[in-house]
Amino acid sequence: MEFAELIKTPRVDNVVLHRPFYPAVEGTLCLTGHHLILSSRRQDDAEELWLLHSNIDSIEKRFVGSLGTIIIKCKDLRIIQLDIPGMEECLNIASSIEALSTLDSVTLMYPFFYRPMFEVVEDGWRSFLPEQEFELLSSLTDEWRLSCINKEFSVCPSYPAVVIVPKSIEDEALRKVAAFRHGGRFPVLSYYHKKNGMVMMRSSQPLTGTNGRRCKEDEKLINATLRAGKRGYIIDTRSLNVAQQARAKGGGFEQEAHYPQWRRIHKSIERFNILQESLIKLVEACNDQSHNMDRWLSKLEASNWLTHIKEILTAACLAAQCIDREGASVLVHGTEGTDSTLQVTSLAQIILDPRCRTIRGFESLVVREWLQAGHPFQQRCAQSAYSNSKQKWEAPVFLLFLDCVWQILRQFPCSFEFNEHFLIMLFEHAYASQFGTFLGNNENERSKLKLQTKTMSLWSWVNRPQELNKYKNPLFEANSLVIWPSVAPQSLQLWEGVFLRWNRSSKFLDEAYEEMVTLIEYNKQLKAKVNALRRQLAELETDDGMRENP
Amino acid sequence: YLFVQVENVRLLDRVSSRKATLGTLYLTATHVIFVENASETRKETWVLHSQISSIEKQATTATGCPLLIRCKNFQVIQLVIPQERDCHDVYISLIRLARPVKYEELYCFSFNPKLDKEERERGWRLVELSAEYNRMGIPNNYWQMSDVNRDYGVCDSYPTEVYVPKSATAHIIVGSSKFRSRRRFPALSYYYKDNNASICRSSQPLSGFSARCLEDEQMLQAIRKANPGSDFLYVVDTRPKLNAMANRAAGKGYENEDNYSNIKFQFIGIENIHVMRSSLQKMLEVCELKSPSMSDFLWGLENSGWLKHIKAIMDAGIFIAKAVAEEGVSVLVHCSDGWDRTAQVCSVASLLLDPYYRTMKGFMVLIEKDWVSFGHKFNHRYGNLDGDPKEISPVIDQFIECVWQLMEQFPCAFEFNERFLIHVQHHIYSCQFGNFLCNSQKERRELKVQERTYSLWAHLWKNRADYLNPLYRSDHSQTQGTLRPQIAPCNFLYKFWSGMYNRFEKGLHPRQSVTDYLMAVKEETQQLEEELEVLGERLASLQKVQLNDNKVRSKQQDQNKELGRSTFNISLANTPQEYNNDLKSFPSRSPSQGDEEDSALILTQDNLKSSDPDLSVNSDQESGVEDLSCRSPSVGGCLPSEDSGKDSDEAVFLAV
Repeated sequence: MEFAELIKTPRVDNVVLHRPFYPAVEGTLCLTGHHLILSSRRQDDAEELWLLHSNIDSIEKRFVGSLGTIIIKCKDLRIIQLDIPGMEECLNIASSIEALSTLDSVTLMYPFFYRPMFEVVEDGWRSFLPEQEFELLSSLTDEWRLSCINKEFSVCPSYPAVVIVPKSIEDEALRKVAAFRHGGRFPVLSYYHKKNGMVMMRSSQPLTGTNGRRCKEDEKLINATLRAGKRGYIIDTRSLNVAQQARAKGGGFEQEAHYPQWRRIHKSIERFNILQESLIKLVEACNDQSHNMDRWLSKLEASNWLTHIKEILTAACLAAQCIDREGASVLVHGTEGTDSTLQVTSLAQIILDPRCRTIRGFESLVVREWLQAGHPFQQRCAQSAYSNSKQKWEAPVFLLFLDCVWQILRQFPCSFEFNEHFLIMLFEHAYASQFGTFLGNNENERSKLKLQTKTMSLWSWVNRPQELNKYKNPLFEANSLVIWPSVAPQSLQLWEGVFLRWNRSSKFLDEAYEEMVTLIEYNKQLKAKVNALRRQLAELETDDGMRENP
Repeated sequence: YLFVQVENVRLLDRVSSRKATLGTLYLTATHVIFVENASETRKETWVLHSQISSIEKQATTATGCPLLIRCKNFQVIQLVIPQERDCHDVYISLIRLARPVKYEELYCFSFNPKLDKEERERGWRLVELSAEYNRMGIPNNYWQMSDVNRDYGVCDSYPTEVYVPKSATAHIIVGSSKFRSRRRFPALSYYYKDNNASICRSSQPLSGFSARCLEDEQMLQAIRKANPGSDFLYVVDTRPKLNAMANRAAGKGYENEDNYSNIKFQFIGIENIHVMRSSLQKMLEVCELKSPSMSDFLWGLENSGWLKHIKAIMDAGIFIAKAVAEEGVSVLVHCSDGWDRTAQVCSVASLLLDPYYRTMKGFMVLIEKDWVSFGHKFNHRYGNLDGDPKEISPVIDQFIECVWQLMEQFPCAFEFNERFLIHVQHHIYSCQFGNFLCNSQKERRELKVQERTYSLWAHLWKNRADYLNPLYRSDHSQTQGTLRPQIAPCNFLYKFWSGMYNRFEKGLHPRQSVTDYLMAVKEETQQLEEELEVLGERLASLQKVQLNDNKVRSKQQDQNKELGRSTFNISLANTPQEYNNDLKSFPSRSPSQGDEEDSALILTQDNLKSSDPDLSVNSDQESGVEDLSCRSPSVGGCLPSEDSGKDSDEAVFLAV
């Protein structure tokens, strides 16, 4: 298919762009296969807007006489308005944008066409391999092994080709366990707590059904992670009620009788359309222009967004507490094990493991616990807060995770190597990107799409020093401890950097950030100067000393 | 007074009933003191009687008799006293102690910071209002000081020195005062010298349905004419229209535009003190909820209406600042008596207009000007002496919160930090200093407050290093000119201030303080600058003389020792909260696990203790307080330590 077929009018002059907090800009609007471009004609400070079609969540059109207006609502929550002279041009532009922003085929997406203008220093596709992760683990314990049972993605289509499992469990047993777990997602290692050797595993629900099916291999597998005489915790991310109902559909949960060494805790975390609706309501509240304080608070409350944040953080803190404080191993699962499960396992690692609070470590966490773990990014991030479609697969699961990270970052502002912008950048790229990293729903799909050869990895770009500097937290001081966030309502706040980003001027806050960077940079420079001078002085004095006392 | 001492009292943790400390309770003439039994810590909790807002004796249980003490600085203390009789004694004594009937019973009359007379007097002279009016450019061609009220003869709640238009004769002033509630005639609050526009304040006119007063009309005319660039004057009534109209039936009311030449009349609905009191009450109930859900909290917050009221005050201040700075129009502000809402709105507008009021000294001046001198009834509003509970209302608390809300929106604009605001709020209620005693200047003079007590401003000024905003720079763009807060959409700009209303629940606050961190950076930067200079000089002299000087060498070694120390000693004493009740029944954790880290931490805390007593108090290992203390220059937690000379009424109650 040629994009040209979809572009009915490639270019319109005298289009006026309106954005909040910026003066209107008049210019020429161009449509390409992947971008909407508006460039102003003014020579003094030519302004340009480049918008990826895939970033467009929905559009609305209005007409006043022959002047058409298109309101474009983006997945990054921005809303812009284009005034287009001429009804026909406007209609053409609108239908072109609509078609281009809802392409069906992944291979037509921009990452397959994007040619990087930077030199690739390190190929991001090879930056975070499971083998490297296993090597790290092997230096700490020999109780685990790398299994290639899934190398054809036949045992579990949503798992990566290699996974880490208890050494004592053979591949044959894994095959049986996979048959006993939803979608074949048998328990695998998610995190090893080196302080006490406790582990966190994740899986999907067991297929116990109404007649209480059991699987000896499953029991053996998870028991293999327990020390003698020790008990473990199973954190089920559904309420007991929901878990019980799942049995009717062939799913279920671990029965006490068959897993006597495990204690099950239900921590309800919402899923799919409930989360999607929550996002839609929240963004609606944030965009409300009325002057009514009460309405704002009740809309914020009614969106339930912060309630979801609290639930997710609480479950993650509980998992971390079991591991670090109770000295117990933990298995986390919900139904599929691809959403709330990953929120819990990844956040627990941020609490427990200082490595995950570095830039590199956080990237590795996203790769391990989200991309390789089979979070269906393509389905979940197909639409954002302005979507009209009622497809049931979209859900801001990853955005909620990032929001939770932001909450912890806000409570421990000196303990993270990255800043808020880093999290916002990941949010943007998960929804629309020139990079292939977040395409596809799992490693299986990504390998079929040959993303590694056909697209560029986000990490190749981000990890270049000049780019990385934007994301470094100037306050960072390595903190090797476990950080326990507060989950009280008073401690949780709306993530303004994402949700109010386009509704409030950030000028004064940005200035404060710059001031902070300046203060710290100046301090570092002075330190360097003082150290250099001291060295110089010391040398001089030693020289003197040697001359005096030969 | 009876000195009460009760043994084996339990101090409960607000969040977790499992975490309680055993100790001894003492009542002195000025404080409630709880001393922990645990020999290694012996933590002390001091609460001033004047901070106590309510005492509640609850039903006796098997473990004892619970006593709940709520404080005006939002601390809540739950005690369990073993014997019912003891509890009753404590209760009765506290009721009496917390409600003094004479000013002489207040702490400021016994508080002695060991300053000599001259230091005390110098302290009182730190803030001088005549100098402030000079700074504004007064007297000038249009404005002058009037001594018409020199013996409080015209208005007993006004100061003796009042600034009025030059053209307003004593006859006009006196005539106008007779037409205003409590004779609070229009007087100058702020003069904007860039364009001659001004903010004046008064009480409501006694207009009823049709009454007029020629002198009052002349007075407003004089104010308008003192701003020759503008052909009209705004009259802002800060009450809701309905309230103002109801007042007409009582012979009061508001200005009729037909009777006053060239005024534009404007209502800005801020609710009265009774609505505000109950709003705060509702919000505090939300703050006190035990493990509330997000919905409980947001619902409760909305239901309290608190942020709506804060926004109303801000809106009024923004309107006036805009009229003055952008339109160049003078404004007369009043409410009913002109000492509550009027004070709030005038001071918010001044703060927006003039960067000076955003400095530490300027903020002190602002409170002296718009609150203390113009007869804000501190004694009645903050219940210093036993009085009518219906007079109590968090009027200045709301102003202080407005300042905080602005600080959140303009992080570089204020010279002082959040801690400063919290300490000012604390001392408005503490009665430790004489500044806020009584209801008017007249009463304070009769009581000889300045001769008998100390000034808070001098105390805060002495410790100003603790209160500096590290992001403030006098040449920064945010510190210049008028602050213009975003007007629409803006609801989300007003946020719940947990640093104030959950001040004592440290577990709810960010565990690392950016402010403290940056303060430490700035302090170190200053040391580095000094050292750089010294090193530079030494290097120059060494290179010149090339002499071996042993003295220099030994100094050099000292310096090197310093280099070894790490700059920021960030330690993290951090334990999980109760994320799940299920874990309670689980066998307690084995001693072999997780303790290594804790013990390491305790050591760190000990180290800190020697250098900084406040920090050690903050880090409570067992109470579930997750505390991370960035080492700050010389600052304690956010509590007024030293104030009472004994690490007073704060610190210990950090328990979550």
